[in-house]
Amino acid sequence: MTAWLVRRLLWGALTVVGVLLFLFVLFFATAHPEDIARRALGEKAPPEAIAQWIANHGYDRPRLWNPADPTDTILFEHFRRMLTFDFGKSDADDVPIAQRLRQGVGASLSLTLPLFLLGIPLALAASLVVAFFRETYIDRVGVVLAVVAMSVSILIYILSGQYLIGVLLKWFPISGFDPDPAVVMRFLALPVGVGLLHGLGSDVRFYRTVFVEEGSKDYVRTAFAKGAGEGRVMARHVLPNAMIPILTHEVVRIPGLFTGALLLESFFGIPGLGSITVDAIHANDFATLRVMVYVGALLFIAAQIVTDVAYTIADPRVRLS
Amino acid sequence: MSLEPHVATNLGVAALLALGALAAFRVRRSPFWRERLAEVARRRPWALAVIALYVVVAGLDAVSWRDAGPGLGEPRSALERLFPADFREASYSAPLAEVEFYGGAPLRHPGRHLLGTDILGRDVLLLTLQGAKVALLVGGLTCAIAIPLALLIGVPAGWFGGRLDDLVFFLISTLASMPSILLLIALVTAIGRGPLQVCFALAVTGWVGFCRLARAETLKIRELDYVQAARALGVSTPRILWRHVLPNLTHLVVITFVLTFSGLVLSEAVLSWLGLGLDGSWGQMIDQARDELSRSPVIWWNLGAASFALFGLILAVNRVGDAVRDVLDPRTLREGA
Repeated sequence: MTAWLVRRLLWGALTVVGVLLFLFVLFFATAHPEDIARRALGEKAPPEAIAQWIANHGYDRPRLWNPADPTDTILFEHFRRMLTFDFGKSDADDVPIAQRLRQGVGASLSLTLPLFLLGIPLALAASLVVAFFRETYIDRVGVVLAVVAMSVSILIYILSGQYLIGVLLKWFPISGFDPDPAVVMRFLALPVGVGLLHGLGSDVRFYRTVFVEEGSKDYVRTAFAKGAGEGRVMARHVLPNAMIPILTHEVVRIPGLFTGALLLESFFGIPGLGSITVDAIHANDFATLRVMVYVGALLFIAAQIVTDVAYTIADPRVRLS
Repeated sequence: MSLEPHVATNLGVAALLALGALAAFRVRRSPFWRERLAEVARRRPWALAVIALYVVVAGLDAVSWRDAGPGLGEPRSALERLFPADFREASYSAPLAEVEFYGGAPLRHPGRHLLGTDILGRDVLLLTLQGAKVALLVGGLTCAIAIPLALLIGVPAGWFGGRLDDLVFFLISTLASMPSILLLIALVTAIGRGPLQVCFALAVTGWVGFCRLARAETLKIRELDYVQAARALGVSTPRILWRHVLPNLTHLVVITFVLTFSGLVLSEAVLSWLGLGLDGSWGQMIDQARDELSRSPVIWWNLGAASFALFGLILAVNRVGDAVRDVLDPRTLREGA
């Protein structure tokens, strides 16, 4: 177990290095520092200001190799900063990025956590019902509805949600956020509802396939033969055995809870990490974008390791090799 | 000699038609494919008809030429020629309206804009139809980059194993660990916002899943008896890969193509909303229409037309995709659903 865990962690570390290399190529090898400076300062900035900006943000170092001092390169600095979580300042407005992350993560979690915790039981319950009625009209209608629901762009869910609930019915505010627990639910109700509706279609379709497949196995027939009812078989026999695909499907979503829901946050004016990312895109803020991708990848790699460990707990058949 | 853009597009359409004819010819010759595709057509006649309609509209919009005679105007596409020349107004007008939406000035083409006009006075029906070309381009071009790339990397990795496989697996897990929407945004911001760049970025984020699948399938096929027999007979490796491995991956290619397609078009809509999408796409129309919902009275035709066109295509492709997967491959692809 220990040897397996060490190997798994080393592999994770190697992936982190790969991500950092990829980000280096993407952001430092393709974009010229002067272009980044111009985007931040404006097209008409004087050359001295641009040179000063480049020096301030550390873009004036040699990229790969500095004969005088091998540690004084962009590549080395990029790795050092990312690995020590010293993210530096935003390219757009010089605010420390770490401070932004700390401010945003709470708002993001307050949106994504309810979305995640309500979404799983909702999708599982709906797909269990559909799978229970498999090969009947209820099943067929359910599947078609799921495909219809997943064919609608999230933009349309958001816009029509805002228009119907916010503008016409005036049940909830169209957008905005207030961390005060007394009123926060009023602001979160609409984005959470829209997010649930958007995710439900593909989840129901996926879990239905899982349950139907699991339901055609031998042990299910045995359970039926011994006189267990349809409901008992679904809840006591099929559901536990379907845990592996469910775990895989859900645990890898956890990192997304922290990096936020890009569109939902931005449309509904929730100042989370998703909104920060969208602002960074509009401001050409490469430094912030880089950090967001890195943090997202880091969380994802961690979640994958957790999934692998969870496998061994949920399924004794999985051997650690 | 350099080609004018519209001539190059016309040649592209001709090349696609030739490719399509070749594919149809190959399908007719192969009993397996003829039977399976007939089964898909039997299960989803309506969805296929809808897709065919989109393809025809996009094809009409892709073929364009200049009018003969004096005065070289801009080339107009076959689709635009179905509408009157200079089919524009000054600003918004409601569907089939006689006057402008704001101010009530008389229109130049009263009662002829079936779906009204947008803020610049362009006919919404024409814009919506033209969006089909962009959507098919996004899905098609991206798959045309991503699928060959995935095969080129995944098949040798599965076949040769060893160091090469380790390297490919490292590459796959690195790319897969970055959140795809963030990676997509980072790529487009870094490499630029042209149509080709956007498709390339979508391909970079999209090829990983299929590469993993191609690698796993190759690993399986490699051990099968007929491959072993071919090796024992001394058939060269490239020939085995080409004649024995690739044909047995074709059904996966078809399934992946159909299932990926709708996701790509939806991703483009999201990118459009972030200001990183393609010109003339439905995503851009939806993005522009966003502020119109807060006007009073509401301008709904722009948003409605683009949303409906997008939804129709995605739904049809998703329905066909389900049928294609069920018919061609009852097992392998389940977990990727």
